[in-house]
Amino acid sequence: MRLALGFAVALMAGAAAADTVSTFKLDNGMDVVVIEDHRAPVVVHMVWYRIGSADEPAGHSGIAHFLEHLMFQGTEEVAPGDLSKIVSAQGGSDNAFTTLDYTAYFQRVAADRLDLMMTLEADRMRNLNLTEDDVTTERQVILEERGERTDSDPGALLGEQMAAAQYMNHPYGTPVIGWRHEMAALSRQDALDFYQANYAPNNAILVVAGDVVPAEVLAMAKAHYGPVPPSDRITPRVRPTEPPQLSERRLVLADARVAQPYVIRTYLAAERNPGDQREAAALKLLAELLGGNPTTSVLARALQFDTQKAVYAAAFYDGMSLDADTFGFVVVPVPGQSLGDTEAALDAVLDKFLTEGVNAEEFARIKAQVRAAEIYGRDNVQGRARTYGAALSIGLTVQDVQDWATILQDVTAEEVMAAANKVLNRKQAVTGWLTTEEAAE
Amino acid sequence: MMRFVWGLLAGLLAFPALAEIKIAEVTSPGGIKAWLVEEHGIPFTALEIRFLGGTSLDREGKRGEVNLMTALIEEGAGELDSQGFAAARDALAAEFSFRSDLDGVGVSARFLTENREAAVDLLHLALTKPRFDADAVERVRGQVLAGLASDAKDPDAIAGKLVRAQAFGDHPYGTMGDGTVESVTALTREDMQAAFAGAVARDRVYVAAAGDITAEELGALLDRLLGDLPATGAALPGRVELNAKAGVAVERFPGPQSSINFFQGGIRFEDPDYFAASILNEVLGGSGFGSRLMDELREKRGLTYGAGSGIAAYDHAEILSGRLSTANDKVAESIEVIKGIWADVAANGVTQKELDDTKTYMTGAYPLRFDGNGTIASILVGMQIMGLPTDYPATRNARVEAVTLEDVKRVAARLLTPESLYFVVVGEAEGVTPQP
Repeated sequence: MRLALGFAVALMAGAAAADTVSTFKLDNGMDVVVIEDHRAPVVVHMVWYRIGSADEPAGHSGIAHFLEHLMFQGTEEVAPGDLSKIVSAQGGSDNAFTTLDYTAYFQRVAADRLDLMMTLEADRMRNLNLTEDDVTTERQVILEERGERTDSDPGALLGEQMAAAQYMNHPYGTPVIGWRHEMAALSRQDALDFYQANYAPNNAILVVAGDVVPAEVLAMAKAHYGPVPPSDRITPRVRPTEPPQLSERRLVLADARVAQPYVIRTYLAAERNPGDQREAAALKLLAELLGGNPTTSVLARALQFDTQKAVYAAAFYDGMSLDADTFGFVVVPVPGQSLGDTEAALDAVLDKFLTEGVNAEEFARIKAQVRAAEIYGRDNVQGRARTYGAALSIGLTVQDVQDWATILQDVTAEEVMAAANKVLNRKQAVTGWLTTEEAAE
Repeated sequence: MMRFVWGLLAGLLAFPALAEIKIAEVTSPGGIKAWLVEEHGIPFTALEIRFLGGTSLDREGKRGEVNLMTALIEEGAGELDSQGFAAARDALAAEFSFRSDLDGVGVSARFLTENREAAVDLLHLALTKPRFDADAVERVRGQVLAGLASDAKDPDAIAGKLVRAQAFGDHPYGTMGDGTVESVTALTREDMQAAFAGAVARDRVYVAAAGDITAEELGALLDRLLGDLPATGAALPGRVELNAKAGVAVERFPGPQSSINFFQGGIRFEDPDYFAASILNEVLGGSGFGSRLMDELREKRGLTYGAGSGIAAYDHAEILSGRLSTANDKVAESIEVIKGIWADVAANGVTQKELDDTKTYMTGAYPLRFDGNGTIASILVGMQIMGLPTDYPATRNARVEAVTLEDVKRVAARLLTPESLYFVVVGEAEGVTPQP
């Protein structure tokens, strides 16, 4: 039901104060987000695909990331590797990344060179040219990448094993880079199938941020992305869901290469959802309170200053995922202290926190810092583009992004404690010990 | 490579950049000058302060004192100890950073509009009443010594140190500002106080702000923050002429590769040929793509993963330098290739295509530097120290575009001195004879 001429344009009103964000939808289904920032003649151009490693066909782990690499192998018009060279010849920089939920490509250039970026990105949306040789070479590159980033890093290996234990049925248990044996079998046809099924304007979000005028960006987007035909193979992202998690999981990874042993634990946690971000906001504040600041957080004070049990203690939570996320802690003990004692010390701090509740003064300081972080964050155009792109890729709306700061301020100490009592459930937790081989014996 | 790009570009949409960096000059009621870019869209201000002198002010036998002192400014001030200062700063959600280099002590701050006065008062406390508590001195001294220990095992750091010694001799530039294990170990709390008094004073301060603040507000802030600083500090070092001569120094260091640094005299920023020299440097070994060094050393001969060059205009000297790493048995060949590039470009200049590509790169890369209020404030301080006009950002790309092939050829003949390139090699280089 597309219009024969022109484009259906829906301009969303109601940007938050100081947030000059416009959104459009092209006739072929491509979402467009324009973030105006006229402080410097610079533009960030990003195309986000709503496809990540958690959307891969079973048995083909790593294909989303492999395809991201292959997207630099050129088209009929651009020779392999030339896209990055063209961008850097213009003084700009470019890169791409793949996560569990999305794949994104971006360039940062002088604002008067945006047209060229759209030309290149629209070209490779449907015209990727892959030779068998390019695929063979690049498969070697991703296997090397896995070797460097995962296989030679015991901490990364433990993280991978823990995710697999955390998610018993959901594909978040499979690493983004892929399992080595499946990566080694990925073929040119696998890549092309995944590309043709998922890389299309109706599965993509264009984010342009910087010294631009929305109407002009829209006109440019129509000229470049408008002619790209939509795909009829885009399906809703319904993934296998988790069964009830009834039993705590514990893993020990012992490796001679471990220099610094640590205890790490993740719990299954709620994520940010469209129109429903309050629990996630409470979890975000909880993570900041417990382990957000290296000197003044609850864990840092208890384990590094009041007692000298840890050299580092932190909590982590993001919430930016399509499906259930994790909330976690990591504690690095002082030399000589066992991981058992370290874990017991962590649990003692958590028990005390659950009993005593939130300290009002600390809560006020955390809220001040969270609010300031949002303000300082607006200074980073690329960061803002990334925030919107990631949010829209996981189904959040522009309104959700703009509401987030307010929700964080509105959340009460009671809500934080309710979220803490819900999330800190050992039956839904995975605890990992990273240790040296000698210590494990 | 560019066949497709130019073909498709014709007739496509294009719109000019809109942004213009509007810089205002501000003088406080008390007479302190600053540059300002007002940007009221985000309720915070980035403030950048630089005191000239920096580690070059270290007194005889006290090498490393300004570096250690600078790292201690945020470790407690007035009634607040280290923890108390951090808590006060975090409660305001303000951010301060202090650092030193061979030409200055720099302070970067970000603070919210809503508590600007309290944040400025806290920063003022640090800039006027730093405590230099004994426990903080020992903790930070330990961090500096750890850095020195790791530099002693880093071939690039070793090479950098040798270059500075050869190029600048007895001038403060000739040694490293973080000092030596001996000198840093011997520094006392009194040295910190003396270094602070010498380095932080009004006669050498440059200031810029970017963000949610008016000229009037900034004027008041300047007096509040800097008004009661001492009027004068220690005498700045004098100019040094780079010791330009041909030579090769070899420092043995175990490993499969050698780190090669090379240098010759540079060019002053005020020189009318400076922009031509910048383009020349980009062609020789700049950060774009396809430089002569990369082409000859990597693409044609596979001698290195990466090679680059840079021109640096410090406050008291200029240098043109480059670096690469290569296998120990390829050091001699690499040195010959570099000398060959220098001789060729000194005699023949660069090609029209190299000039055109470099202009495209430099004019495209320039606006990317203005990356947020903090970076803008930092650039504004640099511009003041270089003596640039406030409209410089608007004219800079035109100055690059105005450089001709003849300009580059002239500056190449004048600047490049293949007969006095000095090489510093750190590694187990084979077939290289030291020529001190």
